[in-house]
Amino acid sequence: MGNVLVWAIWLGAAAACVGSGVAVVTLTNPFYSALSLIGNLASLAVLYLLAAAEFVAAAQVLVYAGAVMVMFLFVIAYLGGRADAPWAGGPPLLRLAAVVASAALLADVLVAMGMAVGESLSDEADIADSFGSPAEIGRLFLTDHLLAFEITSIVLLVAAVGGVVLGIRPSSASDEADDGA
Amino acid sequence: MLGPGVTWYLVVAAILFATGTLGVLMRRSPLIVLLSLEIMLNAGNLVLVGFSRLHGDLDGQVFALAVMAVAASEVVVGLGLIVAVARRRLALDVDAMKELRG
Repeated sequence: MGNVLVWAIWLGAAAACVGSGVAVVTLTNPFYSALSLIGNLASLAVLYLLAAAEFVAAAQVLVYAGAVMVMFLFVIAYLGGRADAPWAGGPPLLRLAAVVASAALLADVLVAMGMAVGESLSDEADIADSFGSPAEIGRLFLTDHLLAFEITSIVLLVAAVGGVVLGIRPSSASDEADDGA
Repeated sequence: MLGPGVTWYLVVAAILFATGTLGVLMRRSPLIVLLSLEIMLNAGNLVLVGFSRLHGDLDGQVFALAVMAVAASEVVVGLGLIVAVARRRLALDVDAMKELRG
């Protein structure tokens, strides 16, 4: 059954994770949505820690909850964070269809999992203490997954260039809407 | 393993993914759609980490880190697009953006 304390922490983190995920979708103010996404990412990091993924948890907090979400909050603050009620606007049939579609997706995944449970999902491999440590991850990145590592760097470079290109203020007279800014 | 098995991780990931799908389908603000996309990507990451623990193989964690990098790139481009749309004084509403020409 395992350690009661580990279970308590895991269940608390999972509840926080699901709760803040629902809050992201249902809150009207985008600023609060982004803040609850930070809570979501932090509680996910706890789940990663309990699955022996120390480096992924640290990267999650530093890169995701730190850098990415700060950028999100800056953009929301720049745009003024106008309220957008989740149920406002659009035909009600579409809103209902969205709920039905995501519920169907959830049921689909849970049924597919329920059919696989018990066969191979219960016997977990024994792992060494260094499992998930930065040294092990770094060794894998520079040996087995070197190509993926290099391609990731190119993807990040292209995204940075794309961000700059998108951020260039159109200076020509072709853009009348922008002359007041 | 001291704590919950991989099945519990899969259940949480399924709930998170469905929540993100709901947000993408239902919300109209592109900012919230982007946030919901992040939830879906993280649900995928949770599955990768859980199975990595199940098999005792670190490849899943390496892939989760690659997903994180791709998500960061996606946020950069997505936020750039949203700011570009807002600069043109267009409504920030995914239902209103039906045409590609500004």
